[in-house]
Amino acid sequence: MRPILLNGHTRSLTKIKYNREGDLLFSVSKDHTPTVWYSHNGERLGTYEGHNGTCWDIDVNGSTTRVLTGSGDNTCRLWEALTGKELHVFETRSAVRSVAFAFGDEEAIFVTDATMGNKSTIHFIKIAENPQEQQGPYKTIIVNDGESKFSIARWGYLNKTIVAGHDDGTISIYDAETGKLLRKAKDHTSTIQDLQFSTDLSYFITASKDTNSFIYDYDTLKILKRYPTERPVNSAAISPLKEHIILGGGQDAMSVTTTSVTAGKFEVRFFHKIFQEEIGRVKGHFGPINTLAFHPSGKSFASGGEDGYIRIHHLDPDYFTFKYDEEE
Amino acid sequence: MPAKYRKDEFTDEELGIDYSEIDFSDIEKQFEMTLGLASSLSSVVVVDNAPIIDQSKETKLFNVFNKIFKDIGKIVENGIDMPRDPETGMSKGYLFIEFETPEQADLAVKQANGYQLDRSHVLAVNHFEDIEKYSLMEDEFKEPELEKFTEREHLKSWLTDERDRDQWVTLRDNVVSLYWNNKDEQPEHIHSRNNWTETYVSWSPKGTYLVTFHRQGVALWGGDSWNKIVRFVHPDVRYIDFSPNENYMVSWSNEPFMSATGEPHNLIIWDVNTGTLLRSFAVTNEQLNINEKSKMIEWPVFKWSHDDKYIARMTPGPKGAISVYELPSMNLLDKKSIKVKDLKAFSWSPSDNVLAYWTPENDNTPARVTLLSIPSRSIVQTKNLFNVTDCKLYWQSKGDYLLVRVDRYKKTKKSTFTNFELFRIREKDIPVDVVEIDPNETVNIFSWEPNGKRFAFMGMKNGQSGIHIFQVTDGKDINKGAKELVTIEKKGANTICWNPKGRFIVFANLKGQGELSFYDCNDLSELAEGEHFQCTDIQWDPTGRYLISSVSAWKVKNDTGYQLWEFNGKPLFKQPMQAFKQIIWRPRPESLLTTQQMKKIRKNLKNYTAKFEEEDSLLKTKVSREIVERRKKLYKEWKEYRAQCQEKYKKDKALRYELSGYESDGEGRKVEKDVEYVEEWIEEVVEEKEELI
Repeated sequence: MRPILLNGHTRSLTKIKYNREGDLLFSVSKDHTPTVWYSHNGERLGTYEGHNGTCWDIDVNGSTTRVLTGSGDNTCRLWEALTGKELHVFETRSAVRSVAFAFGDEEAIFVTDATMGNKSTIHFIKIAENPQEQQGPYKTIIVNDGESKFSIARWGYLNKTIVAGHDDGTISIYDAETGKLLRKAKDHTSTIQDLQFSTDLSYFITASKDTNSFIYDYDTLKILKRYPTERPVNSAAISPLKEHIILGGGQDAMSVTTTSVTAGKFEVRFFHKIFQEEIGRVKGHFGPINTLAFHPSGKSFASGGEDGYIRIHHLDPDYFTFKYDEEE
Repeated sequence: MPAKYRKDEFTDEELGIDYSEIDFSDIEKQFEMTLGLASSLSSVVVVDNAPIIDQSKETKLFNVFNKIFKDIGKIVENGIDMPRDPETGMSKGYLFIEFETPEQADLAVKQANGYQLDRSHVLAVNHFEDIEKYSLMEDEFKEPELEKFTEREHLKSWLTDERDRDQWVTLRDNVVSLYWNNKDEQPEHIHSRNNWTETYVSWSPKGTYLVTFHRQGVALWGGDSWNKIVRFVHPDVRYIDFSPNENYMVSWSNEPFMSATGEPHNLIIWDVNTGTLLRSFAVTNEQLNINEKSKMIEWPVFKWSHDDKYIARMTPGPKGAISVYELPSMNLLDKKSIKVKDLKAFSWSPSDNVLAYWTPENDNTPARVTLLSIPSRSIVQTKNLFNVTDCKLYWQSKGDYLLVRVDRYKKTKKSTFTNFELFRIREKDIPVDVVEIDPNETVNIFSWEPNGKRFAFMGMKNGQSGIHIFQVTDGKDINKGAKELVTIEKKGANTICWNPKGRFIVFANLKGQGELSFYDCNDLSELAEGEHFQCTDIQWDPTGRYLISSVSAWKVKNDTGYQLWEFNGKPLFKQPMQAFKQIIWRPRPESLLTTQQMKKIRKNLKNYTAKFEEEDSLLKTKVSREIVERRKKLYKEWKEYRAQCQEKYKKDKALRYELSGYESDGEGRKVEKDVEYVEEWIEEVVEEKEELI
């Protein structure tokens, strides 16, 4: 099917996310305006006005009432999803790289960068029912001395842990209650760009600048699957429907202009999750792909690129019938 | 070899030496003895067989000796002592000479021993210490203990592969790996080592040795276990060049080392089988062809004859000469170089001991290409040429033909044109034919068909590049010399690469788009086109069955790796590899089959084909079976893993509900009824205006 091109951002996309039902698609980009779209037709629903810097991450809660965004303007902002009203501004001393709601929508975290003597930190906030009573962070996890800064953080199973990716490729799991480091794995050799969980949170997929993507078991931090590529991987997503994963990336935005389009490899690559074999590619972006998300139904996916476009692809019927002989 | 260069060959870590474990007592003992002798005596040599003379001729003789040893070392003041008979006053026929250093004395023994002073006096030069040592020798003969014979590994074992596959070596980051070529399947890994080389890897010309480069020198490896066979200590070595039969090797280092005579030497000639240094050389800048663009020296500086018997180098310019050295003695042939005034370039025939060289026009003498037979130094053929700006010598690989590319001035002297002079080496008196080509064509690349009669070159004409293939004609043909078979237009092609067995050529656009074109010169038709984006190198395997195109991280940043093609252009296997630097096929020695045997095989090719095809299909089914089994195994493992996960997940159902407040199915997905989206368009008229134009 023809992809739907969402042309609303004026600069490159940094993160896209579906809400739980999948009817809405939330996006942030290097322009300062988080945006929400209807996912089935690509119509723009509205924007969240207020940030004065590049927005790095966005998350929407389970009931699609609140939106959390993190930005390079040293703020993390809480919005009312429906109206776009700014509910609270969490001031920080450095850029906010990553944000995430906990399951049940009662808590959230946001990750700040390491700059000017500030250590990279995960901040815990409680989401107040009444926005007027919203408090600042009540707890933090600060990166250990000698460890590289956080690039991403997500809630683990049943909100018991925080799974964080580091700039040097390390994955660490902290106890969400005590902040104690529980497990650590160093398999990637460069920045963890993305970390997305399977629907039951038993395993997750990483995307790293070191051109690899791994599936880790959440309980043991063992690598279950490996997907090596030739380019930095910026995003990886697990299909909730089929045994597939998708990877997106491309070379550094810096060197894009010096390479021809054919060599760029700005394609979304489909891999068979279990056999680790590439099964297809979807072309379209004319710059690196920065972020990918599967629709919760697994019937479509969206990609956001350095080129400033979001593309929503509804998968063709034969995609759903395609099967390896070895899959019983 | 002087002791100076024997030290610090390779680092201790590399050799895995732990000094605490080594018993040095035997060495210490030996040193004690050496120091027991007067140390200064080690720089004294004894010269025997000197003429017996009286006092009056002494100064004259000393002058002669000073001259002989001038190039070897410095004699200390009053360092020559000639004992004489106190009764007759005549000398005793021997004298002592003291040098400044023991190294110079070493060199004097090495080089001046056997020096022919005149007809009846051949000097014998020995270390003073040796004389003492030998005089203390016991008279009774004691049989020396034989060193225990340790069997060397079979160095050519790779040729006995059941499927006659070829090997290649790759360098990725700092890992050197060896592989068997498996056509379209994953290559079979043989061996890998980290930091095996510090710069690059190479093979000896017949594939016996793998060469690695280190700060300390060069090491050769081989056999099934890939153990070190020999190493050559040459600090900061850059280039090497093997003799065609792998008996000797030349190495070059940009960092000269001080030779015994105090001269900086860059070049060393080695004996590969024993690992000994045969001779080292200083090279003046005039003797080096330094490429003006890249500032790199043109290698090789020394050129080997086809049979490993000689090695030659040239001194260009007005004092030009070709110096031919004999092996293994490394003495200058007939003690003198071949003087060639204004020498520009020379090369050996690949099959005979014949040198070809050319000299440019000078005053009234024309430019000249000369063929010279070695060691007789007799001129076999010469050809005079006029209005020449440049010549290039191209030997056909069997030495049957020498083609000289001649660039000449046009009458206006403003531009040049090219033609070829073809020397038919195998015919009586070596006739020379002229091959004319379009005078507007500028010739860029030239290449002979290996062992064949065809040659190809790339030319530019009016901004259009074309590839021309010529065939050498026999004497009866009206086209003298050679006739053009075909002109091929290939946009972007900048490389001609002949199949080592002839007939097929690949034209490639290297360091660009990476288009490849596979061409058959028998049918004069293109077999296939291919592309390996940005590929930097192409290389045929030694049997001519496969071609590898590669992108090296030395030249291109992205998409490094290699790709394997069949000779007819069918892509077989693709291997992208990060930080991939180098891939080289392992060369093979020439076939041991006679021409008749080869003909017989060719005749019965059909029988063999059937056999090979059967083997291939067997292999194919085996491989595809393996893939299916691997997938089945993975699938089963994954399903087991998921079953475990889901069991746990189900247990926590209540907890989840408490936390999130919504229900979800086994995989965590919310149960979703078929939702139908209804789209409704509402049109509203905001404002309507009518304008009259």
